[in-house]
Amino acid sequence: MYSDMAEEKSKSSIKDQINDNLKRVYEQALQEEVPDRFKDLLAQLKAKEDGK
Amino acid sequence: MNAPSNPTSTPETRDPRDELPEHLGALRAFALSLTRNGAAADDLVQDTIVKAWSNIEKFERGTNLRAWLFTILRNTFYSDRRKRKREVPDPDGIHAAALFEKPAHDGRLAMGDFVRAFDQLSPEHREVLTLVGASGFSYEEAAGMMNVAVGTVKSRANRARARLCEMLELEEGEDILSGSDRNSLAVMGRSGVAAA
Repeated sequence: MYSDMAEEKSKSSIKDQINDNLKRVYEQALQEEVPDRFKDLLAQLKAKEDGK
Repeated sequence: MNAPSNPTSTPETRDPRDELPEHLGALRAFALSLTRNGAAADDLVQDTIVKAWSNIEKFERGTNLRAWLFTILRNTFYSDRRKRKREVPDPDGIHAAALFEKPAHDGRLAMGDFVRAFDQLSPEHREVLTLVGASGFSYEEAAGMMNVAVGTVKSRANRARARLCEMLELEEGEDILSGSDRNSLAVMGRSGVAAA
């Protein structure tokens, strides 16, 4: 059936788009600036370690 | 010639704690995929950093540090979730979805629709899709992090994709989820997650 084939094609296209969008959501989050509090926290932990 | 005051670091001798800054962005992206909430994600990353720092001797040198950190993060997330036993409403998630919204005149999947559907997945489904679909880990690595069999990772990823397809095709179809209906479904989705 042509309609079935069309449906299958549309499904695989949607799956490709899902994969693309998953990457885009993740990349977008990756590009966000890392909050300073994490760098500060690491510096504090390191200072505490050095102070031992 | 003066010798450098600090011994030169090689991959073998370098303290893995010095590599933590390189993984902060990825940790935060993974935390966002689990929590869908900026403030909760930041708290999760903070807890992960502290745990990684104080347990660094448990990290096996030469293995994948990012995978080890991701494992700590996701274990912390699920352990916190078991303690809370409820899902907190997520204004940041809604805000994030709005940021992605773009008109889809070319008929492609609208990013806003995708993000809304992604938000409605269970954290377990968001996790597996993020690990194997977005962040480039293999099924084997994901299985190690999630502490399940490789087959479980594959079937969970398939179910998560199928669930997304269901939701998105529904939205693309007869516009059943328009206006207030869409919002009430989103709320139902969240409470469904809490009940699971």
